[in-house]
Amino acid sequence: MTEEIIIAGFGGQGVLSMGKILAYSGIMQQQEVSWMPSYGPEMRGGTANVTVILSDERISSPILNQFDTAIILNQQSLDKFEASVKPGGVLLYDPNGITHAPTRKDINIYTIHAAEEAAKSGMMKTFNMIVLGAFLKIKPIVEEENIEKGLKKSLPERHHKMIPDNLKAVNLGKEKVILAQKA
Amino acid sequence: MKELKLMKGNEAIAEAAIRCGMDGYFGYPITPQSEVLEYLMAEEPYKRRTGMAVLQAESEVASINMVYGGAASGKMVMTSSSSPGFSLMQEGMSYIAGAELPCLVVNVQRGGPGLGTIQPSQADYFQATKGGGNGDYKVIVLAPASVQEMADFVQLGIDLAFKYRNPALILSDGVIGQMMEKVELAEQKERLTDEQVAERCPWALTGKKPHRGHNIITSLDLDSSRQEKFNEKLQAKYREIEKNEVRFEEISCEDADYIAIAFGSSARLCQKAIDLCRAEGIKLGLLRPITLYPFPYAPIEKLAQRVKGFLVVELNAGQMIEDVNLAVKGKVQVEHFGRMGGIIPTPDEIVAALKTKILGGK
Amino acid sequence: MSENFDRPEIRKPENLIYSRTKVLTDNIMHYCPGCGHGTAHRILAEVIDEMGIQNDTIGVAPVGCSVLAYNYLDVDMAEAAHGRAPALATAIKRLNPNKFVFTYQGDGDLAAIGTGETIHACNRGEKIVIIFINNGIYGMTGGQMAPTTLEGMKTATCPYGRDISIMGNPLKMTELVSHLKGTYYVTRQSVQTPASVRKTKAALRKAFEYQKDGKGACFVEIVSSCNSGWKMTPVQANKWMEENMFPFYELGDIKVDGELVK
Repeated sequence: MTEEIIIAGFGGQGVLSMGKILAYSGIMQQQEVSWMPSYGPEMRGGTANVTVILSDERISSPILNQFDTAIILNQQSLDKFEASVKPGGVLLYDPNGITHAPTRKDINIYTIHAAEEAAKSGMMKTFNMIVLGAFLKIKPIVEEENIEKGLKKSLPERHHKMIPDNLKAVNLGKEKVILAQKA
Repeated sequence: MKELKLMKGNEAIAEAAIRCGMDGYFGYPITPQSEVLEYLMAEEPYKRRTGMAVLQAESEVASINMVYGGAASGKMVMTSSSSPGFSLMQEGMSYIAGAELPCLVVNVQRGGPGLGTIQPSQADYFQATKGGGNGDYKVIVLAPASVQEMADFVQLGIDLAFKYRNPALILSDGVIGQMMEKVELAEQKERLTDEQVAERCPWALTGKKPHRGHNIITSLDLDSSRQEKFNEKLQAKYREIEKNEVRFEEISCEDADYIAIAFGSSARLCQKAIDLCRAEGIKLGLLRPITLYPFPYAPIEKLAQRVKGFLVVELNAGQMIEDVNLAVKGKVQVEHFGRMGGIIPTPDEIVAALKTKILGGK
Repeated sequence: MSENFDRPEIRKPENLIYSRTKVLTDNIMHYCPGCGHGTAHRILAEVIDEMGIQNDTIGVAPVGCSVLAYNYLDVDMAEAAHGRAPALATAIKRLNPNKFVFTYQGDGDLAAIGTGETIHACNRGEKIVIIFINNGIYGMTGGQMAPTTLEGMKTATCPYGRDISIMGNPLKMTELVSHLKGTYYVTRQSVQTPASVRKTKAALRKAFEYQKDGKGACFVEIVSSCNSGWKMTPVQANKWMEENMFPFYELGDIKVDGELVK
């Protein structure tokens, strides 16, 4: 199994940490992983993206131009990465702030109203975990117990009390994900 | 038991430095390698772990000269920087090489020239492998292609540096420095005591001893004939390094018709290009130099006797290709493909370059 | 006179009134006759000898007339790139906290190309002794203008005298570092008379004692003549120094026990 993912949005949406939790979860189930961020000034308030690869084999290039899954959290990223989803692949996005919806017909498109759900539940910080839950519903590539282990490894100890809320958010995302278009 | 972690390449370097018993790190912030100093400052090894000194210097010039001072006293010391900062260090590198001192330097390259960009590049190949500062000298250059190698080459680099009393350089780039991968960390080694240092480095400034005269660390000799003898001694050392320390990796070369030659992050891109090519029936292989100095001329020369062409893939305008040409000696076609200024090509682009530059041309 | 050296009846310990300090080597110094370096070396060597720290002292001398100091001082020493001695000394001291570490730098080195290293080593309070020989000129390279060259003073690169409006002002580095919190002892001395030599030796002793006690950076400037660079005889040079250098570079302690005294 090899899953090649791009996660893209604004800096501050938890794009990089979502990728990190996914990567750590992969390690917990003995997979090879790579996490390659865009870095530099663009991280501070501009767009941020990270390429995450989980594989049962040695990972070659950490940088890709075609992805199995694109997880998209703002319009700029949708414009940039819609074309990079492999035919038959997955595009998951939060419609919040999206003015031009994706138009491709050869990919599976899902939506998750994560910003809205996070605001409703009063836990804005778990926004990215709702998105992660939505992704894992579509592609259950990591076990739930490994997500928990991944959270423990990637969060500093002082934030470990947040783990139950984060796991709740993952489950919320799994419930709320909507299939918008089948390839 | 080795420990498994998910780390950035830069963080792996820092952690590996603590674990290998490094005595001191002296550095200055610059993107994309600042995580090395940040990680060390967060770990506080001087308080909480091995007693290793960590200091943020006032400049890269000061950093490399702190390394010079530490190395002169026989301690295991290192610094890290990125391209513009590494340029500032060249004076110090030359002095350290001239004084025959061991140390480890890391350059996490970004695009240039000048201030350039903060994005990944491999445009410091010439500077790294051909000297860099003034005078005839060489630095042992290791090119990691994974986070694991970032960690492993800290120990290897410092070992080679002490073996030959010569600076060793890890030539990395923004991709390998910033990416996270699984890394197996070595066990913690104890730092050497002052007595062990004095025994290991009888040449070092450890305080004059009753059994020896005072030790002098210098790169100066006003007498040209003595300076030439010293240069000859350095050259003999480099020949020894060239004989003993060439390292490289071959991937899918056994049946290959064409060979990509690439180091560091470019080699990772080429691995994907191999998969893409082979899916189309094009037999591509990869030779990845792990030591850029000494360069693996012999294995490339050997491949040149049976393959149809080489594609040298670098994040620069064509630097390592000159060494490849020296090895191939015109036997078969050698072409270059590179992107510059911080742009990283996709594996597809590499395949396309192979097709147009080598396959299409025949 | 030289035949007396071969007369064993005279070469007896009880007749010894003066000898080389054992922390100096037998090498013949290359310094010009009349230069202050030889005296400064000697009193530094005496301090190291008298404190019994020869085997625990590491020195750093960068580019300048004193780059070959390692040939004369019988302690472990490194030669450094121009201006970088405080950086080397920082690392040597931090990695070998039980050793006594000093730098020995000229004015061009310390106050021009090495300003950054000097200021920051002082500001961090590195527990080292910085010995600063100020003769207002680049001696080694043949008498060019230094950051400490006085207004109107002639050198190879200001042959009509230092014009402040074009070349800027002479730099009082010692006053400057005295205002940094990291310095513990800052003083300006000279070595042109027996009395001044004794005072400078006492200052050096104090600086090394402070290092022994783990105090901050100690900075000892020695105003010196460069008779060959100044194109004077040694006696003229000393007189010129007293009349011109000392009014601008005032002698005496500037900071003692971490407190400004001037």
